[in-house]
Amino acid sequence: MHRRGFLKTAAAATVGIAMGMRPAWADTAQYGNLLVLVELKGGNDGLNTVIPYMEPAYYALRPRLAIPRDQALALDATTALHPSLQPLLPLWQAREMAIVQSVGYPDANLSHFRSIEIWDTASRSNEYLTDGWLARVFKAAPAPRHYVADGIVVGSEMGPFAGGTRAVAIAGTAQFLRQARLAQPADLPSTGALAHILKIEREAAQAAAGLSGDHPFRTVFPAGAFGRAVQTAAQVIAAKAGVAAVKISIDGFDTHRGQLPVHARLLQELADGLVALRSALVELRRWDSTLVMTYSEFGRRAAENQSGGTDHGTANAHFALGGRVRGGVYGPPPGLNRLDGNGNLPYAVDFRDLYATVIGGWWGLPSGAGLGAQFRPVGFLRA
Amino acid sequence: MKSVMFRRILAAVLACATVLPAAAAQLGFDDARHLLNRTGFAANAPEIREFSRMSRDAAVDRLLGWTDSASTLPAPEWTRLVYVPPPRLKELSDEARKAYQRELIGQARDLKAWWMAQMLTTTSPLSEKMVLFWHNHFVSSLRKVRMPLLMYRQHLTLRQHALGSFRDMLHALARDPAMLIYLDGAANRKGKPNENFAREVMELFTLGEGHYTERDVKELARALTGWSIDRDTGEFMFRSFLHDTGIKTVLGVTGAHDGTAALDILLTRPETAEFIVAKLWREFVSLQPDASEVRRIAGVFRARRYDIRAALRELLVSDAFYDVRNRAGLVKSPVDLVVGTLRQFRMTVADPLPFALAAGRLGQDLFAPPNVRGWPGGEAWINSTTLLSRKQFLDMVFRGNEAGMQRGMAGAQFEGDSWFGQFGGAPDGWQRVVFAGQPVSPVTGQGMDALRAAVQDPAYQLK
Repeated sequence: MHRRGFLKTAAAATVGIAMGMRPAWADTAQYGNLLVLVELKGGNDGLNTVIPYMEPAYYALRPRLAIPRDQALALDATTALHPSLQPLLPLWQAREMAIVQSVGYPDANLSHFRSIEIWDTASRSNEYLTDGWLARVFKAAPAPRHYVADGIVVGSEMGPFAGGTRAVAIAGTAQFLRQARLAQPADLPSTGALAHILKIEREAAQAAAGLSGDHPFRTVFPAGAFGRAVQTAAQVIAAKAGVAAVKISIDGFDTHRGQLPVHARLLQELADGLVALRSALVELRRWDSTLVMTYSEFGRRAAENQSGGTDHGTANAHFALGGRVRGGVYGPPPGLNRLDGNGNLPYAVDFRDLYATVIGGWWGLPSGAGLGAQFRPVGFLRA
Repeated sequence: MKSVMFRRILAAVLACATVLPAAAAQLGFDDARHLLNRTGFAANAPEIREFSRMSRDAAVDRLLGWTDSASTLPAPEWTRLVYVPPPRLKELSDEARKAYQRELIGQARDLKAWWMAQMLTTTSPLSEKMVLFWHNHFVSSLRKVRMPLLMYRQHLTLRQHALGSFRDMLHALARDPAMLIYLDGAANRKGKPNENFAREVMELFTLGEGHYTERDVKELARALTGWSIDRDTGEFMFRSFLHDTGIKTVLGVTGAHDGTAALDILLTRPETAEFIVAKLWREFVSLQPDASEVRRIAGVFRARRYDIRAALRELLVSDAFYDVRNRAGLVKSPVDLVVGTLRQFRMTVADPLPFALAAGRLGQDLFAPPNVRGWPGGEAWINSTTLLSRKQFLDMVFRGNEAGMQRGMAGAQFEGDSWFGQFGGAPDGWQRVVFAGQPVSPVTGQGMDALRAAVQDPAYQLK
C-alpha cells in the first residue's frame, strides 16, 4: 500500500514533467542545499580506492596491483582507503564522509560513453534518454530566477545538466567575466542550433551578472587542473546570487596499463582538491549546506590485466561528503567471490538510489522526481 | 576512361530526364554556397559564382578532382630525421628530462601549426575536412602518445586513405604505432589480453555500440595479441610469441583468426558501412541522419568495396544534402570558425601557431581530441565558455593591429576595401556569402563596423 502510494507520486511527477506542467511540489525545493558533483572521468578503479583489505580474493585477483595490506589505510575491519587518500582521513574521523559500496545498475554497459550516458540521464541500461537527470529535476522545479543558474559546470561537458535547464559552463571565473562583456542576449523565436546558441548567450549574460569571482579565500587551492576546478567552483559558490548544483571533474582514470603510479597521483589530486573544497566551504559557512558526491561511468575489472592495468568493469565505490553527511560505510562490500561470467563485480546499490537521496533527502522533492520510477534513498544524510 | 565518363554523363542525363531534374540543373548561388561551405572553409564570392553555374554532379566532381591535385606543405624538419626511441625518463638527469620535454612540446606545436597552415592555404579544403573527419574517427591524442613523430606518421596515414578505401584505412590504423600506444594495443598479449583497442574498434571505428557482445570484445582482443611496436624504429612489429594462436569466435565466425582476419570480420557486417555513413551525414548534412538514405548509401559504400569517395559522392549529390531544412543547421567547429574566418576575410597570417592554439581554446585542439570518441561536435561545440571564447576570438581578429591583440595574432591583416570590392555594387551582397542563414539582428552598412557586428551575430556560428 505504502509502496503503491510512492509509485503514484512518481508517476504523477513524471507525467507532469512530460506535459510541461508545474507540479505542486515545484516550489518546495530546498536549493539552499547545494549539490557538488565530482566526476571521476575514465572509470575509477573502486577496488583500489576503497580496498577490501582483509579479503584474500582481492590479493589473488591482483598479484601486481593490490595495495599491500600494511599500506592501506584501515577504516574498519573490512574496509581501507588507498594511501593517497590520507588527506580525507580527518573527514572520515569527523564522520563527514560516507562511502557507498557496490554502486551500479542492472545489465552494466562497459562502453565509457554509453555508461556515462546512462549515469548522466539516469536511464535503464536499454533505455535512451536525451535529458540529464538534473536537467529533468530543474525543469520540473527550477532554481529561483535570481540564482546565477540552476547548475554550473566547471569545464565543458554538461553531463547531468544536458538539455533544457539553465546550466552554464565556466572554465575560470575571471576569464568568464572578461569575455561575458561580449554577450548580447537576444530573445527571439528560433529552432535547432540557433536556438541553442541564443539560449547559451542569454544564460551566460545572466550568470555573469550574478558572479564576482573575487572572493578572498584564505584556503590555498592545490596546483593542477583539479585544484583550479575546485577554486573556480568555490568562487561560483561564493556568489551571493546562489546556485543549486555544481559539477567539477578530474580526468585520467582509464588505467588500462601501468595503473599504480597514475592512480596514486590521481587519488592524491582528488583528495587534496576535496580537502580544499571543504576548507573553502567552511570559510563560506556552506559546509553544512553542501553535499559533495563522486561518480564515474563504471568501476574496473576485478582482476588485473597483463599490462599492469585494469579493463572496464561494473560496480564501484563512491563518496558522499558534507557537514550533514552521516559518515560510515553503506552498501555491501564488493562481491569478489560472486563475479559474473566476464569477471565483473555484482552491484547492490542502484546509482539512481544516490540520485533519489539528493532529490528527496537533500532538496526535499518527491524522491522519484525526474527519475521516472521510485528508488530507495541511501541513509547517509543527517536530518 | 572516356567510356566511363560517357556513361556517367548518360546516367546524369537520364536521371535528369526521368527522376531527378534537380541533379542536372545549375546549382544557383545559395546551393553553391551551401556545398562549398559544408565541404570547405568559407568560400568567397567568385568561387560561389563559378559553382553556381554547375550541376550537382559537376560540382562534386570538381571538388573531388581538387582532392587529387592538392599539394601538402613541407612538414617540419624534424619529421624527416631518423626515429630515436624515447629515453627512459627515470634514467635522465633533471636537466636532460626537461630538455627532452621541451623538445616534445616544441614538436607538438610545430605539428599543430603545420596543419593549421595547410588548412589556411590548401586548394582542396575538402581534403583537409576529410583528414580532420578521420582524425576525429580513428582517434589518437598527443596527450597519451606523447611522441609528435608518431602522431605525424599517423596523420600521413589518415591523409593517404582519407578519400580512399575505408578497409585499407582500418587495417592501416589498427597497425599504426600511435594507435597501438593510444589504445594499449602494444600491451595486448596472450594470457590476459588488454581489451582497450578491441572494444573501441568495434564500438567507435566500425560497428557502433550495441552490435557486439562482451564475448566478442574478449575474442577480438585475443586475435590482436602480439601486435606491437619495434622499440628501435617506432614501426609496427608482430611479436609471434605474444600472439594467441588458438581458436576464437568473433561475431559468430570461428577460426584461428589473426588480427587481420578478425578485423575483416568487422567489415562483413552491414552495420559498419551504416555507422560510417551516418557519421558522414552528421558531418556534412545534418545531426539527424535519414535511416533509409543512410542504408541506401551504405549499400553503395559496401558494393564499391568501401570506397570513401563513392559514399561521399552519393551524400553530396543527394536531395537531403540540398534540402532547405538542412541549411544553417550545423554549428561551425572551432576549426571551421578559425580557418573559415581567416579565409573568408582573406586575412594574411604571419604565424599559424596562434590560430591553431585558438582552435584549441575553442575546444578543438588538433592532434589532441579529448578522448577516444573524439570531439562530440554538433551543439556540444557551444557552451557558455566556448561561445564567449568564440566571440572574443572574432573580436580580436577584427582589431588587426589595434591594442588588445594578444599572443601573436597581430598579423591577421584585413583589407576592407578590396574585400568589399568583390561584391560589386550590391549593398548587402556580402551577407549572402558570410551568413548561412539570416542574421539574428539585421546588419546594415558596408564598413568595418558592419563586419564586426556581423561576426558577433549568433548566426555567424552556423554553417
